[in-house]
Amino acid sequence: MKRRTFLANSAVAGTALATGLAGRAMAASDPLKVGFIYVGVPGDGGWTYQHNLAKQAVEKHYGDKVKTSVIENVPEGADAERALTQLALAGNKLIFATSFGFMDPTINVAKKFPKVNFEMCTGYKSAPNVSNYSGRFYEGRAVCGAIAGQMTKSNKIGYIASFPIPEVIRGINAAYINAKRVNPDAEIKVVWVYTWFDPAKEADAAQALINEGVDVLMQHTDSTAAMAVAKKAGIVAFGQDSDMSAFAPTPRISALIDNWTPYYIKRVGDMMNGSWKAENVWYGLKEGMVQVGEITDAVPAKVKAHALDLEAKIKAGTYHTFEGPLNKQDGSVWLKKGEVADDGALAGLNFYVEGIQGKIPS
Amino acid sequence: MTIGGIDLVVLIASLMVASTPILLAAIGELIAEKSGVLNLGVEGMMIMGAICGFVAAVHSGSPVVGFFGGALGGTAMALLFAFLTQILLSNQVATGLALTLFGLGLSALIGQGYNGVRPPQTDNLNFGPLTQIPVLGPILFQHDWVVYLSLALVAGTWAVLRYSRVGLILRAVGENHDAAHALGYRVRTVRTLALMFGGACAGMGGAYISLVRVPQWSDGMTAGAGWIALAIVVFASWRPWRVLLGAYIFGGVTVLQLRLQAAGIAIPVQILSMAPYLITILVLVIMSARRGRAAIGAPASLGRIFHASS
Repeated sequence: MKRRTFLANSAVAGTALATGLAGRAMAASDPLKVGFIYVGVPGDGGWTYQHNLAKQAVEKHYGDKVKTSVIENVPEGADAERALTQLALAGNKLIFATSFGFMDPTINVAKKFPKVNFEMCTGYKSAPNVSNYSGRFYEGRAVCGAIAGQMTKSNKIGYIASFPIPEVIRGINAAYINAKRVNPDAEIKVVWVYTWFDPAKEADAAQALINEGVDVLMQHTDSTAAMAVAKKAGIVAFGQDSDMSAFAPTPRISALIDNWTPYYIKRVGDMMNGSWKAENVWYGLKEGMVQVGEITDAVPAKVKAHALDLEAKIKAGTYHTFEGPLNKQDGSVWLKKGEVADDGALAGLNFYVEGIQGKIPS
Repeated sequence: MTIGGIDLVVLIASLMVASTPILLAAIGELIAEKSGVLNLGVEGMMIMGAICGFVAAVHSGSPVVGFFGGALGGTAMALLFAFLTQILLSNQVATGLALTLFGLGLSALIGQGYNGVRPPQTDNLNFGPLTQIPVLGPILFQHDWVVYLSLALVAGTWAVLRYSRVGLILRAVGENHDAAHALGYRVRTVRTLALMFGGACAGMGGAYISLVRVPQWSDGMTAGAGWIALAIVVFASWRPWRVLLGAYIFGGVTVLQLRLQAAGIAIPVQILSMAPYLITILVLVIMSARRGRAAIGAPASLGRIFHASS
C-alpha cells in the first residue's frame, strides 16, 4: 500500500517536473541548453564570426542560466541533419541553424523533435517549431552601393558573389541600383565563386576583377581574403558580415554588418519565459539587425554625408531601393513608377535589373 | 595575346601562382605514395604549414623563414603520421583522415589572434632585362622564388626517381616491401623519410596560401586544396611531370573560369568548376580499363601495412 502511494506520488512529482521544465519555474536551477551549428569557423572574420559574437553575448547576458554548445564547419546539405540531431539529442531546447543550406535538414529534424525549437537563419520554409530570421542586408548594401558608385574612377565595381540564391541576387541588384542612381556610368562586374568560404578562391576572384579594371570591390563571401588583395592592389573595398576594421581606413572604407545579438538574446529570453513561437523575422537597418560600418576618412566628406543621409532615409522608411521605375534585365517592366517591391517578390528575387551585364548561372 | 577578352599571358602567369600550393603538396604526396604509404592527411599538413609559416613569417619578418616554418609544421605532422602508421602500424586511411581533422583544429588554435595580421610580402625575383621579353617575360620571369622551387622540385623528383639509386630503393619499397626488406633495405626508415618529404612539401604549399596567395590567416583557409593534391597524384598516375600538368590544369581551370566571368563572358560556371574532377574520373576510367592496377601506375604496396615478421 505504502509502495503504491510512493509510486503515485513520484508520478505526480514527475509530471510537475516535466511541466516545470517548460515553464520558468525551473529555469533558475536548470540552465536552458541552446545549440548552434556553424557553416564555417568563428575565425573566418565574417559570417560565422558574427554569429559567434551573438552566441557569446547570449552567454554573457544570461550567465549560468544558459548552456550553449556549438558544432562548427557543418557542411550544407545532408550532413547538417546529423549535426542537428546530435544537438537535439543532447538536450538542446533551442537550436540556431546559421546558414541557408541548413534549411531542409532543419525542417526534417524539426519534424522528429517537435519539442525542440529551431531558429533557421535566412530560410523560408515554415514549421510549428521553426522560426526563420534574416536581415534585410540589401538595405546596407544600398548604402555601400551608393558609396561605391561615387568612389569608382574606372566606373567598374567588382562584386564577388557566392551562390545564385535570392539573397545574393538581391544584394547585387541593390548595390547596382544605388550606384547607378549616383553615377549613371557605373557598371558592375559579377564573379560567382560557388563557395561561402575559400580564401584562395576569393582572392583569385578579386585579382581577376582587378585585372579587368575594377577599382571598388564588394563581396558576398565570408573571408577577408578579397580585402587583402584589394589592399595590395591599392583599391577600396567594403567589409562583409563583420566590420573587418583591421583593414580600415583603406582598403576597407565601410562595411555591411550583420548584428544578430539583440535577436539571439530576445529569442533565448522567449524560451525562458515560455513565449517562444514560430515567426518569420526580416529586420533591417531600422531594427539594427543590419548595420553600416563606420565610413572612413578615405571617403570624401560629401560622399559620406550622402551615404549617412541615405541610411537615415532607409531607417525612416522614406527611401526604398526597390522602388520603380525599375526594369528587369531583359528590358521588361518590373516595377512601375512609385511601385515598391513587396517582401514576397524580394524574397524570391531571381533576376538582375536592367543594366547589369552577364547572366545569373542557373 | 587576347582571346575572348582574356589576356593569355596574364592568365598563364596567374595560373602558375594559383597552382603552386597544390603542385607542392602533390609532388610531396607523390614521393610518399611511391614509398607505399597512402597519407590522406595532406589537407591537415597543409593547413598546419599555413599557420606555422604564417606565425614564423610574422615574428621573424622574413617570408623565407616563414616557408621554412611552414615546411617544419608540415614535417611535424608527417612525423606524427609516420609514428602512428609505421611504428604502431595503424590503418593508413583512418590515420590520414584523423591527421586532417587534427591539423584543422590545431591550426585554428595556434591561429587565435592572428586574424587580420599582415605577413611580410614575398617579392618576385628580379631577372632584370629578362622580365621585359614579350610574352615569355611575364610568364617565366616574374614570379616569386617558391614558384621556381616548385618547378625545380618536379624536375628533381623526376630525375631522382628515374636515374638515382635512392629513387630505385624508394620505388622498390613502394612496389614490394617484403622483397625490399629481404634485400636489406630499411622499409620503415625509407617510408618515414618519404613521409617527411611529403609533409615538408605540403607545409610549404600551405604556407604559400597564407603568405602569398591570400595573404593572411583565416581558419580552414586551405579549403580542400589538400584533397585536390591527392586527386592530382592519382590523375598523374604517380609521374612527376604529369603532376605538374595536373596541377596546372586544376589551377588553370579555376583561374580561367573566374576570369571569364570577370570579362563578362557567358559560360556555364558549374561545368567549368567540375571539369577538373570530371577529367580525373575520365583518366582513371580509361587507365583502369586497360590493364588493371598496374596500368594505373599505382605502387603495388600502396596503403599496405609492413611488418618485418610477415
